[in-house]
Amino acid sequence: MTIEELEQIATSVRQEHEKYDYEVNVCMDLACASQGADRLREALVKEAEASGKKVLVRRTGCMGPCSSGPLVRVDPAETLYRHVHSDHAESIVASLGGEPVAELQCDLSDHFDKQVRVVLENAGYIDPEKIDDYIGRDGYKALLTALTEMTPNGVIHRITESGLRGRGGGGYPTGLKWGTVSKAGGDMKYVVCNGDEGDPGAFMDRSVMEGDPHRVIEGMAIAAYAVGASKGFIYVRAEYPVAVSRLTTALREARRRGLLGNNICGTTFNFDMEIRLGAGAFVCGEETALIASIEGRRGTPKPRPPYPAVSGLWGKPTLINNVETYANVAPIMRNGGKWFFNMGSERSKGTKVFALTGKITNTGLVEVPMGIKLWEIIDVIGGGVPDGHKLKAVQTGGPSGGCIPADMLDLGVSYDALMAAGSIMGSGGMIVMDDTSCMVNVARFFVEFCMTESCGKCIPCRAGTAQMYTLLSRFCDGSGTMEELELLEELCGTIKDTSLCGLGMTAPNPVLSTLKYFRNEYIEHIVHKRCPAGVCNIKAPVEVLA
Amino acid sequence: MSKLKLATVWLDGCSGCHMSFLDMDERLIELAEFVDVVYSPIVDAKEFPDEVDIVLVEGAVASVDDEKKIKKIRAHSKTLVAMGDCAVAGNVPSMRNPIGPDAILERAYIENATVQQQIPCVVVPKLLKVVRPIHEFVNVDVFLPGCPPSADTFYAALTALVTGEPLDIPALTRFGA
Amino acid sequence: MSDAVEVKTLIIDEQEVSARRGQTILEVARENEIYIPTLCHMEGLSDVGACRMCLVEIKGSKKLLPACVATVFEGMEVSTNTERLKQHRRTILELLFAERNHICSVCVANGHCELQTLGQEQGLTHIRLPYRNPQLTVDASNERFTIDHNRCILCTRCVRVCAEIEGAHVWDVMGRGINSIVITDLHEDWGSSSCTRCGKCVQVCPTGALFDKSKVGTDHPKNPEFLPYLNLMREAQ
Repeated sequence: MTIEELEQIATSVRQEHEKYDYEVNVCMDLACASQGADRLREALVKEAEASGKKVLVRRTGCMGPCSSGPLVRVDPAETLYRHVHSDHAESIVASLGGEPVAELQCDLSDHFDKQVRVVLENAGYIDPEKIDDYIGRDGYKALLTALTEMTPNGVIHRITESGLRGRGGGGYPTGLKWGTVSKAGGDMKYVVCNGDEGDPGAFMDRSVMEGDPHRVIEGMAIAAYAVGASKGFIYVRAEYPVAVSRLTTALREARRRGLLGNNICGTTFNFDMEIRLGAGAFVCGEETALIASIEGRRGTPKPRPPYPAVSGLWGKPTLINNVETYANVAPIMRNGGKWFFNMGSERSKGTKVFALTGKITNTGLVEVPMGIKLWEIIDVIGGGVPDGHKLKAVQTGGPSGGCIPADMLDLGVSYDALMAAGSIMGSGGMIVMDDTSCMVNVARFFVEFCMTESCGKCIPCRAGTAQMYTLLSRFCDGSGTMEELELLEELCGTIKDTSLCGLGMTAPNPVLSTLKYFRNEYIEHIVHKRCPAGVCNIKAPVEVLA
Repeated sequence: MSKLKLATVWLDGCSGCHMSFLDMDERLIELAEFVDVVYSPIVDAKEFPDEVDIVLVEGAVASVDDEKKIKKIRAHSKTLVAMGDCAVAGNVPSMRNPIGPDAILERAYIENATVQQQIPCVVVPKLLKVVRPIHEFVNVDVFLPGCPPSADTFYAALTALVTGEPLDIPALTRFGA
Repeated sequence: MSDAVEVKTLIIDEQEVSARRGQTILEVARENEIYIPTLCHMEGLSDVGACRMCLVEIKGSKKLLPACVATVFEGMEVSTNTERLKQHRRTILELLFAERNHICSVCVANGHCELQTLGQEQGLTHIRLPYRNPQLTVDASNERFTIDHNRCILCTRCVRVCAEIEGAHVWDVMGRGINSIVITDLHEDWGSSSCTRCGKCVQVCPTGALFDKSKVGTDHPKNPEFLPYLNLMREAQ
């Protein structure tokens, strides 16, 4: 495959598409598919054939506003229909060329206007199982350009210049990491994609892998070229069977097109990759545990240093990045580092994909420029809290993150600002809570998650999360004391300071952040035996007897 | 200087701590210069006095009765000493915790009984679901681990408590000592 | 050559010491008779950094490092016994005592137990955290040894000695988090497992979790000193 051949494919794809007067895009992501998007697509195909109109019915990845699904977008008019079912296929096809179907049409311009789509630029526009669709939208151009026109150091320089930081949660500068792996010695190096997304309420990486798998592959291939690796692994959790199947198809197609394998684009660059399935352990998202899991060992973390960049898979230098990080690579290569650098806030560049869930009108996937105010995400893009309830807090960063209270919504979303507020960026889960949520109970929920997901290797995490859970449960059932609250705070400090890996170190965050902003709720539970939100079932304090 | 009022109490324990206390032998006479034993399994008082300066509590809290007692003791004592591992950590009485009180009662009063197989429901106090150390019920001022703490430990600890000298407990004793 | 003999100078607890490149903080501290408490570490076995007892403070870094695996660097300033570290060590020990059913008075290892000794040494007089009282099993199916899970602290010394020294890899860890336990083979009874009955795991066990049936009561000292010797002899071959 040469650049010329790639462009030929792109041109022919576009010509093929021009044959059609209309494109009916059906979102086939999990949320829509679970509501019958599959039957809807079949009905649309049938109706389109019967109508004699030149209609292309395409299945696509996640369009974003999942709560409005199943979604259909008709191009070129860009008419968006929501809650579409197979019964509606006839009226939609009939409306082509005329007035749109008013009863299905929805105006989500508020939802979309504030978003900037880099990672999700193809979501809703390509068929994830067709490599040519991806190529038709400039896919693999960045890889072939890098291979033929740039040095590995040039690639790293561009990534560094872009200011891209790791999207898995830590926010480590990506260029710096690539540089370290590149400088590490040895003849064998690996690139690994961390697709072990496990935060409750987070599905950004799944959507990218399912909706645009080639973007991840291209990002990894560019990374491999930059750091001098020839072998890659995509680590995906087995609970994502669609992602696994799409990636498997994508890898096969990429090999068939000569975009993976030996002497890619006629150069000396060889690169191929394999999918490795995780068995559903949250801790395997931690890079050293992930490495252990790929190697076939029990998924437990190891003390760092040595960092994987120096000694990773089978002791070789290994680059590990998150799905979304790799998904940013191709656009940066195509548009330049400066383009990316100019988006976002001072120290957090580019965009971030969030999975907006909880008590919010437009749940779904959104991509926003870094630095955007939290209220813009909640009130404008998310459409606010439904059913007349009041916003109480926004939880970011999953079980490692924290709760940001409603009066801090003017916070700009960036790694540092979220950290300063006692939460973290995390991988991009954003759970909105209203006045029906009890913050003690919320803290207990996340601590329970960390407790069951602890690998059990180090004591503070293994036994500490269990003790936190016991103490929080005592508060929730009204048997806790103020001394126990003090003990809990001390315990949080020890777990944070002494745990072996990030899971343990951040496990107290949900407790600490709710204590910081909602301490009165804890005191209500402990002193007045009352749950202000009416969630906890507090009984009269009687000693349980045998 | 008037003598301090000393009490000792026996909750769910084996009385070994009291034995070890008595093992201070002639040093007891020396201590008697400073303290009056106002309540103890080894003296005649029936009611816990209203004001006690130092109370040594042996045993864990295992029954409703223990729980009532320890709360009363706390309310009427200046310095409460958890004496021995049962009081400090639950120790042997707490070994029933993983299986619960029903299994214990069943074993004691039904399986191992040759006559009158019946779990008592009056006089014998109800067992708590979980045996717990006393500091989970009331504030404890001094912890003296050991099973039992040695007579030397008692002597050193009591001397320090009476004189107000500093007390380095880990230097004297440990769990299971 | 130069790499191997490169000498680093550093400060541990205000004492200037020198070390070879690649040495861990713990090695250097012990060479200089500076005490750092350990629990999962065992001379002669690989280190896993799991018990967190040996965490030390490094000047200029907020992160605490496990001395057993962190290697020295030039100009490093290490503190091994600050108030912060002491408090964390006590809390970690409390977590261990509350995690399973450690009843020292009836334990075979009473008086020879590393957990018990550390508790005393770090000034523990009681456990503030609620005891968890889990229901755990005792496997006495092996003709020579018994494992009492009530006393296991999951240091994984048995796992390592079996895999690294005996070469049998009978022991491993099963389950996750608070439900983790050590198992023989694929959770067979110890007696019907592929155990070679060498007894190394019993000798390295820091508590009374693994013990020899022929030893009565608390008369159960352990002698793990054979490990460095064994390694030395193997290297010499």
